[in-house]
Amino acid sequence: MIVDQIEEGIVLDHITAGNSNQIYNVLGLDKLDCTVATIQNADSVKMGKKDIIKIGKLIDIDLDIIGYIDPGVTVSIIKDGKIVERKKLALPETIKDIIKCKNPRCITSCEQELRQEFKLVDRENKIYRCIYCESQAPKHIK
Amino acid sequence: MNNLIDIMQLSVEEIDKLIETALDIIDNPEKYAEACHGKKLATLFFEPSTRTRLSFEAAMYELGGNVLGFSAANSSSAAKGESVADTVRTVGCYADIIAMRHPKEGAPLVATRTAGVPVINAGDGGHNHPTQTLADLLTIYREKGGFENLTIGLCGDLKFGRTVHSLISAMSRYKGIKFVLISPEELKVPKYIISDVIEKNNIPYEEVTSLEENMPKLDILYMTRVQRERFFNEADYLRLKDTYVLTPDKMKLGKDSLSVLHPLPRVNEISVAVDDDPRACYFKQVLNGKYMRMALILKLLEVEV
Repeated sequence: MIVDQIEEGIVLDHITAGNSNQIYNVLGLDKLDCTVATIQNADSVKMGKKDIIKIGKLIDIDLDIIGYIDPGVTVSIIKDGKIVERKKLALPETIKDIIKCKNPRCITSCEQELRQEFKLVDRENKIYRCIYCESQAPKHIK
Repeated sequence: MNNLIDIMQLSVEEIDKLIETALDIIDNPEKYAEACHGKKLATLFFEPSTRTRLSFEAAMYELGGNVLGFSAANSSSAAKGESVADTVRTVGCYADIIAMRHPKEGAPLVATRTAGVPVINAGDGGHNHPTQTLADLLTIYREKGGFENLTIGLCGDLKFGRTVHSLISAMSRYKGIKFVLISPEELKVPKYIISDVIEKNNIPYEEVTSLEENMPKLDILYMTRVQRERFFNEADYLRLKDTYVLTPDKMKLGKDSLSVLHPLPRVNEISVAVDDDPRACYFKQVLNGKYMRMALILKLLEVEV
């Protein structure tokens, strides 16, 4: 299967196979008016299988969200058919308004205008805790 | 801004200094009688409390200051739906320092953002209660002469007991500490406290269910109440509330040098007959709490005496 190279846009590569739908949804790529290609289960020497998303337009994307979902993703910025910048992601130190605290005793459960904020406490095990109640972040986004 | 939300915000040196101040207050109360003259403490208690609120108020009065506030959410504008941020922003216009209790975890942290004056967490749900830990620490210091080489038994509700979590964190910084965690299966210390605090500091610990079998090894026994207000299910509360009751018979199994602490209020987890035992320290703990709150108010208001 052939998916054309893009002249200008963003390529999200090395997405863990199966994660592209979540990234697509959380970045709101369905709302774009440009071409967006999602390639699933592509062969990868390094990963075995991987997903790729190609976005045919330069847009602002929240790297923290992608870093939280899948820190191994590489983000390439394409201009005139060439990669002009490649960003390696890492787990962000804090994540805001991406996941919601599930603790019914947390102040965020009754004061809806508070930002949902989590802090990375254990990089190795990818553990985030709510800055208010210290509950561990849920595994899934909102 | 100076605030106290979590006991771990205080370094070991800062705790030493607070204890030093508290001991000086005990020896020389007259020296501190006007230390906070003209200052006001607001006690914002969105959840009922007897001891903590009165302790803060007594502390401020004994420092020569004044007190204002409320003692239940339904007597504040929270009942009208006002946010914590707005309430404390308003109160910050009237008071020099705020002590706040709230049933929701993290509410005092929210308060620090808008109060404009120091905020003390006087208990937020099952999360933190740092000034109770200060009371516990002064009691341990006065009973044991220091914080090192102690086997500490914590008994009862170790899951929701915020005082237990704070005390474990605070004591984990001293040498030669061992924890014996005595609770029913359903009320064990949360895993993150075990991994992030106890194991991270390489502190020996045991998780056990029998109080009797473990009494002989303890230097300190920290009893806790199974708190009805932390349960969503009444049946679970009723099933677990009487798991441990400390009686004179069980006290016979303890060392002569044992110190029994309890954050109070007790329901029936310590028999009244234990009160006359010289090893029962829980009412001394109440008094120590007032002295430590006085020391803390002085520190946060940056009052030198």
